[in-house]
Parts: sequence; C-alpha cells; structure tokens
Amino acid sequence: MLAARENEKRGPLGWLEDRLGLESVREFIAHKSVPKHSATMWYYFGGITLFLFVIQVLTGILLLLYYRPTTAEAYESVQFIVTQVKFGWLIRSIHSWSANLMILTAFIHMFSVVFLHAYRKPREATWLSGIALLGLALGFGFSGYLLPWNTVSYFATKVGTDMAASLPVIGPPVARFLRGGDEVGGATLTRFFGFHVAVLPGITTVMLLVHLALVQRWNISVPPWVERQFRDRGREVPRMPFAPNFFLRELMAWYAALAGLGILAALFPWELGDKADPFAPAPAGIHPEWYFLAPFYTLKLIPSNVWFIEGELLGLIGFGLLAVWWVCLPFWATDRAGQVKTRLVTGAGVFLLSYLAIFSALGYWQ
Amino acid sequence: MQAETKTPRRGLVRWLLGGGLTASVASFLYPVIRFMNPPEVSEAAVNEASVAKVQDFTLNSGKIVKFGSRPVLLIRAGESDWRAFSGTCTHLDCTVQYQTASHQIWCACHNGFYDLNGRVVSGPPPRPLEEYAVHIRGDEVIVTRGAG
Repeated sequence: MLAARENEKRGPLGWLEDRLGLESVREFIAHKSVPKHSATMWYYFGGITLFLFVIQVLTGILLLLYYRPTTAEAYESVQFIVTQVKFGWLIRSIHSWSANLMILTAFIHMFSVVFLHAYRKPREATWLSGIALLGLALGFGFSGYLLPWNTVSYFATKVGTDMAASLPVIGPPVARFLRGGDEVGGATLTRFFGFHVAVLPGITTVMLLVHLALVQRWNISVPPWVERQFRDRGREVPRMPFAPNFFLRELMAWYAALAGLGILAALFPWELGDKADPFAPAPAGIHPEWYFLAPFYTLKLIPSNVWFIEGELLGLIGFGLLAVWWVCLPFWATDRAGQVKTRLVTGAGVFLLSYLAIFSALGYWQ
Repeated sequence: MQAETKTPRRGLVRWLLGGGLTASVASFLYPVIRFMNPPEVSEAAVNEASVAKVQDFTLNSGKIVKFGSRPVLLIRAGESDWRAFSGTCTHLDCTVQYQTASHQIWCACHNGFYDLNGRVVSGPPPRPLEEYAVHIRGDEVIVTRGAG
C-alpha cells in the first residue's frame, strides 16, 4: 500500500521503473567504476566505435528508403539520394565517413588493447570477440563499398572475390558463393546488399552483446605498469564512478566524434564516381579503401611466381598466417608461468602498426 | 541393481535425443546451404562474334569489346595486324587496357604488363592472357575463341 502510494508520487516513470525492475539496473550502474590513471583516455575508443556503429545503423536505415539494389538502378538511386533528396548528400556522406571513422577507431581500440596489455587472462575471450567485431566491420566495409555500383567499387569487388577464388580447394566455391555466380554482376550486388543490411547487422548485434557482456564480466583492465606503480606505493589504483564521471567524459568524446564527422561530411562530401561498366578497363590510379591498402600494395610487390607458388596465393597464405598469429595474441603472449611477455607483444604491435602504416601510405601514393 | 539397468537405457535415450536433434538441425541446414549456393547457369557458349567495325580503330589503338558476356581486348597494332585477348588480368580479374605509348597491355589494379602476344612482361600476373583469333570480313572485325 505504501509502495503503491510512493509510485503514485513518482508518476508514470516510477511505475515503469517498478514494472521493468529498473531498480537493480540503477543499483548496478551506481556501483560501477572505471580505473583512473594516465592511460584512461584510451578506454574511450571502444565507446566511440560503438557510437559510430549506431550512426551507421541510423543513416543506413535512412538510405534504405531510397536505395535500389540492382545493377540498373543502384547507381542511379544513390545519385538520386545525393542530388534530389533533401539532405540526401549529407546522410550518404555521413554514412560513408562514419564507416571509415568507425574502422579507424576500431583499429585504435585494438592497438590500445595491445599496448595496454588488456588482452591478458582472463580477457582472452573479450579479445577474440573484439577481433570478430573488427572482421565484421571490414565485412561491412567490403559489402557496402559495392552498393553504389561505381567503377572503383566494381573492381574492388572483382579483386576481393578473385583473391578468395585463388585459395586452394575451398576458394572457387567461396568466390561463387560471394558473387552469386561466376562473375561480379547483379547477383553479387543483391547478395552484398543482403549481407550488408541483414546478415552482418544480425551477427554484429549478437557479437556486440557478447563483447559488452565480457567487458562487463571482467571489468576494464589496468595496464601492468600502472598496477606495479600503485603496488609499489602500497596503494590501490584509483577509480572513478561510471555514472556520471566516466559516462559524461565518454559523451564528450562522442560529441567530438560527431563534430569531426559533421565537418568531414559537410566539407568533403563522399564522391559517387562513375557508374560501373563491366566492359571498361580498370582506371589508372585505382585503389581500394584505405583499410585494404596494405594488402593491396603487398600483392603488387609479390612477383607472379615465387619458387613453385603463384604470387597471389603466397600473399594470401602470408595474410592468413599473419591474421592467425594476431588473433592468437593472448595465447602466445603468456609464458607457462602465466607471465605476460609485454616487450614481445609491444614489439609485435609496433611491427604490425608500422607494416600497416607504411604499406598503406605506399599503396596510396605509388 | 536398478542403477545398472537404468544407465544403458538412459544412454540410449540421450543418444536418440542427441541424434534426433542433430538430424533435425542438419535437415534444416542442408536446404539453407544448398539455397545459398548459386545454381549453375548454362550460358550459350560464344565462340565467334562480330565485335567491332574496322573504321572504329585507328592504327596503334585498342579497346575493350563485348564477346558474349565477357570483355575482350581488341588491338589494331598495324594496318592489318589485329590482336585480341581475354580482357581480364590473370592476376586478380581486373579489366586490362592497351597503352599506345608503350605498345603494351596494362592492368591498372596491380600494375601488371603484357606484351602484344599476351605474355607477361612485368608485375604480378602469373599467366599470359588468353589469345583469340581475329578475322576481317568486309568492315567487320570477327573474333574467334580457341584459335589464337
């Protein structure tokens, strides 16, 4: 009787809180805290990536109102969006720019996890789910790139699917599955559209929930040197409340990301290019999106045949081994005594970052 | 005694349940996987086609023409010297183009070069381009596959 009167006082919100059992959520958030130290700023990049993903979903839904996934209409429908629909140019530009920024912040998040050694026990599964999310983000990038059906997207898809085809045994059926036939064409566009707006968002949502649940389960990691510093001083690592302290800081980071996104989308609207023509040669200076530039340039450098292996196959084997080595990082980073080989991991991180930066730059300029 | 008689029966029930579930999941997945795999579409094989007019090509010029549903690079290297090659690079499937200055065939995607016989000159392409035969009938350029 007393509780009912209290709810009446609190109005409909109080009623909703009671019915949904939000009291426990409120309790949980009130007790949640985040470590506070010199490297805390790197914690924000995961949240920024999530924020950009939400922007992707929202602008993607808006684009769906006009986009038509056929070779006859895809290019024209995007052209219609950017020239005829009110703010169409802005929505499309924000979608393209936030896709790129999301991959950038996902990479920053991944490398910050490496350099802060946040992958170590018991967070191996968090690392693996994060890597899966990065792979899904790249899948979003690859599938979405084809949708405007322009020249660069057409050839990028040809190259990408042909790389898959060069894998022994499984390659040709995988390439056929991706293309929806033997060549890149209308069937490929329909498939990529399906992957982009249904399959990948579904898998990503599940994986994102897993990732966030794991972050929640094991809390945010404190870098080993920070732990050491405070242990030597005989003190605990200071923490700040998640709400409002950390969340408001994260909110500021989101606003900064939104401001950057707005500036980029308004001042550098994403170009549409020319409509894809399967009977036109690949134009000079063609290159993929920046996040595929490093493998693109590496494939340029590998000769046609190395010993008895075809160059492209050798490149693919190399990329595959590199990916497996990177995915397994938490497992080779720890010795039998459970000690983390921080120097080795930092060196590996610097090596991979240097490779990606240098080869991407060369791929862009050469 | 009772436990002894129950254990094998329980095992059998588990096996039947597990087997039944696996079989039903497999029966759902099989048509889904088959559905996702695109069907083989038999394309009318084009072995010969009129692809261009002689007057469309100046000396030392080349362009991509349609040969059925595939691109073919047709080059007029001399007055009566015509060459035709598969238009897709043997490296990663990009469409090639003719470079008039160097008299070579170039793939812009990964900088592969072929000579006027389709042989790899430099870059990553692993194999030469497939060559097609070219005949002139009146003012029509006829390309024939498998006779290069």
